[in-house]
Amino acid sequence: MRPFVYERATDVADALDRAGDGAVFLAGGTNLVDHLRLGVRSAERLVDITRIGLDEVEELPGGGLRVGALVRNSDLAAHPALRRGFPVVAQALLAGASGQLRNMATTGGNLLQRTRCVYFQDVTMPCTKRDPGSGCSALEGYAAGNAIFETSPRCMAVHPSDLCVALVALDAVVRTTGPAGDREIPMTELYRRAEDGPETDTHLVPGELITHVDLPPLAPGTRSAYRKVRERASYAFALVSVAAALDVVDGRVRDARLGFGGVCHRPFRARRAEEALVGGPADAAAFAAAIDAELAHARPGRDNAAKVPILRNTALAVLAGLADEGARS
Amino acid sequence: MTISPPAPPSTPTPGPDAPPVAVPDAPPATGAPAPRRTVAGRGFGGIGSDRARVDGPAKVTGTAPYAYEQEVENPAYLFGVTSAIAVGRIVDIDTTQAERVPGVLLVLTHRNAPRLRTKLMGELVVLQSDRVRHRGEYIGAVVAQTPEAAREAAALVRVRYDDEGGDVDFHADHPAATVPKRGAAGNPREEKGDVEAGLAGAAHLVDATYTTATEFHSPMEPHPITALWHPRPGLDPRARRLTIYEADQGPIATQLILAPMLGLLPNQIKIHSPFVGGAFGGKGMPHAHVMLVVLAAKLLAGRPVKFALTRQQMFATVGYRPPTAQRLRLAADADGRLTAVVHESVSPTAKLATFVEQAVGITRVMYATPNRRTEQRVVPLDIAPGTFMRAPGEFSGAFALETAMDELAVATGLDPIELRRRNEPDVDPDTGKPWSTRNLLACLDTGADRFGWEVRTGRPGERRDGEWLLGMGVAAASFPASHALSTWARITFAGGRYVVELQASDLGTGAWTILPQIAADALEVPVDLVDARIGSTGLPVAMIAGGSMGTYTWGNSIIAAARAFRRKHGPLPADGATARAQGRLPSGARQFARHSFGAHFAEVAVSEVTGEVRVRRMLGVFACGRIVNPRTARSQFVGGMTMGLSAALHEAGHRDPRTGHVVNHDLAGYHIAAHADVLDLDADWVEEFDPYVSPTGAKGIGEVGIVGVPAAIGNAIYDATGRRVRDLPFTPDKLVG
Repeated sequence: MRPFVYERATDVADALDRAGDGAVFLAGGTNLVDHLRLGVRSAERLVDITRIGLDEVEELPGGGLRVGALVRNSDLAAHPALRRGFPVVAQALLAGASGQLRNMATTGGNLLQRTRCVYFQDVTMPCTKRDPGSGCSALEGYAAGNAIFETSPRCMAVHPSDLCVALVALDAVVRTTGPAGDREIPMTELYRRAEDGPETDTHLVPGELITHVDLPPLAPGTRSAYRKVRERASYAFALVSVAAALDVVDGRVRDARLGFGGVCHRPFRARRAEEALVGGPADAAAFAAAIDAELAHARPGRDNAAKVPILRNTALAVLAGLADEGARS
Repeated sequence: MTISPPAPPSTPTPGPDAPPVAVPDAPPATGAPAPRRTVAGRGFGGIGSDRARVDGPAKVTGTAPYAYEQEVENPAYLFGVTSAIAVGRIVDIDTTQAERVPGVLLVLTHRNAPRLRTKLMGELVVLQSDRVRHRGEYIGAVVAQTPEAAREAAALVRVRYDDEGGDVDFHADHPAATVPKRGAAGNPREEKGDVEAGLAGAAHLVDATYTTATEFHSPMEPHPITALWHPRPGLDPRARRLTIYEADQGPIATQLILAPMLGLLPNQIKIHSPFVGGAFGGKGMPHAHVMLVVLAAKLLAGRPVKFALTRQQMFATVGYRPPTAQRLRLAADADGRLTAVVHESVSPTAKLATFVEQAVGITRVMYATPNRRTEQRVVPLDIAPGTFMRAPGEFSGAFALETAMDELAVATGLDPIELRRRNEPDVDPDTGKPWSTRNLLACLDTGADRFGWEVRTGRPGERRDGEWLLGMGVAAASFPASHALSTWARITFAGGRYVVELQASDLGTGAWTILPQIAADALEVPVDLVDARIGSTGLPVAMIAGGSMGTYTWGNSIIAAARAFRRKHGPLPADGATARAQGRLPSGARQFARHSFGAHFAEVAVSEVTGEVRVRRMLGVFACGRIVNPRTARSQFVGGMTMGLSAALHEAGHRDPRTGHVVNHDLAGYHIAAHADVLDLDADWVEEFDPYVSPTGAKGIGEVGIVGVPAAIGNAIYDATGRRVRDLPFTPDKLVG
């Protein structure tokens, strides 16, 4: 590990002033500190932003929520308004990492965590995400964890977050501030596809700081849930995961949101499935047709083909569960 | 500067907070105990008493000095440089940048490393030439004032290779597969009867291939070591002294292997290993980093050099359980009695050091059959060496054998316990000798009662909880109670207390706690008056903690020493009275086959949706001779079962097909069971006293607890789903689609 300077920012403006010149923002540190140790990343200065505020959850008029970027995962998962209005988000948070890590990890940090691709984390192997232009070791190497959607030979990695899958499904909006002023970026547009260049994960610019994540309200009566598949019952990244919100009125789907995790370079929004669902009956055959419409675009490789049936089963089970829940209330 | 090596750690004695040892008002009944049992018995906290760990308070308060916490004066810190290729030659190794890092004291490569005298152990031959033998091999090291500087500088060593590729990909039909030399792992091939006739005449035949995964010990404590070459007082080579603090399963292995390689006599090397943070076989033999640190320290004589492996490095150079591919054929008559058994296993081994995962041994002792052939083959590859891992061989073989037995139960329509009953051998099928003790059927029957086995219908898919299909499975277990030679113990009376001394090692297993119990029993004194000193050279030579032999082997010598002590000094010894003795195999022992046995029961839930498997309940029932301490014994059994559950559901090291290194080389990538996976495990045992293993009456308990666990779980998965998964681990991809 190279020596670095540690600084503590006092507020947002101070944090922005300290950006640049090899500075990296440090929030929970659950991913960044590992990377410093492994040599995946180096920093001349770490600017600790955990004391600049941005640590509250605000209820917005109309039922939305504004989540500060430094709200800890544990605190957010326990927030009554989130649990009431956005169960899919609370469930996604609690499916992630371990209790100790959730106590440290922040909302903004979760959005910016890096892939757990084994080659990305091993500095002795080529990885274009870590070392631009060096190629993708996962193409011909260990490939069980590779992406199945929007695949590109440039990078086969998947995004590791649970929270982001739920946020993408709910059309959450990321609010940032930076050298060029304030911005609002839909979660669905925050992340780059592998094909767009995997060297960077997001469309944020250097020195740009996430301040909040806005959750727009869901229609009353909408049910939502997150389900994560993993062979270890806790403390494991998703083999696949499904975030879903379903608004069913009189047996027909009025609104559907679907996000998939563990399958794509970015948190994946299953828009083809959503389009097929909306306006149709809330029954098993329609759900299966919709999911299959999405899975027709999956491109599994030799080692990760099981992701397709597991994702299919899981998505169908989640949708059926939400439809049942709605019907029983 | 002089550094006197710290004295071996003081014996952890129970402090005022330690749980009191129950002393009953009346002396224990003297009725008619088995002749070899001593009468002091349980009343004095001896054998059979539920004694809390004497080292527990020190460990949980962080004051137990593990190898890395041993205080030494002015330590320097090492970090290894490892090869990026599998096979080839180092063309150039540029240390210029590394040497410029502030605080760097030494950059060690094959160019400046001290030469070794012999190549006794290939794995320890480091930095002796420009050859690279596997990816991740140590090709250099940096020693610096701080660990951070050493690590930073190590990353700056630039290496150019002549890369020769390498053969790193294991598969069962590899053309290089060969039968290893006898001695590498017992007898690699044996045959009795007429196997072809037994197969041909069978009413039922199971013929299937089973695979196990590469597994890593992954102890919490990452192989730390501190080495100090004492400044040489003159030119006399016999005056050289080397002191090592490390975590090992017995200091004698490191001492006897290092000495000739370094041109020293064994007594010139002192080794201290008082506490070990988990080992599981991985700390049984010294690994390459030990020599790396010793060579670096030799060039910095007078300065202690410290190193603790990173978690990633623990997947590269300290051993693993090699994977296996096993074909098993079980032929049976219409009543389910075996007419032939053929067990063939193939596993990879490293070209630089042969280690064989001997999977077929268990099939030679488990069931009666007139015709049997077993064969073990290996595929030499350009990978790092494997090593012993908890129940080496038996773990892997039992997965195949006990799954195949379940398949035979299905084929014959018999209950799996009844099938095993019909094939229970009167004598050891391997040697023809009678059993010293064998209570497998008692384990199966007791377990079936306690577990509620009668609920199982034997018809997959009938029991469910929502989307979760429920099933139960059973598997048998055994592990040999081998005899270890030449173990000594010394007992001394001083200051009103007895001290028992020998080179035993406590891996977290409880040796600190139970050795005084054995001594108290034999001396007929309360255990509170007995201390232990273990974990250092200089103490009486003893078997390492391995092969599940520790307790009864050490116990044997302790009982011999206690008897010698009483013979020599009587019941009222003078201060300073001492006696030592060697434990000997009980007379007549060689006429018997000696093994521990057990039975595992598992209930699983398998999601029809995701293929996820959750083990809801497990029970193990064991027959392991006399239980010396029920508390530490239960911990051993449940620990073995947990490790078996973890192997069944999670554990698999994945190698890069090009370089052969393990890519999921951390505990985020290499999954072991989390608390959430271990829901309800219990262990029990049947009363047993085995006089032919040692006078303690005990057999081994450390390894039998893991044997058969994945089979029990896999058999339960079959009972739940009707799907037979023959490849470990049981991950969702194998149960969906």
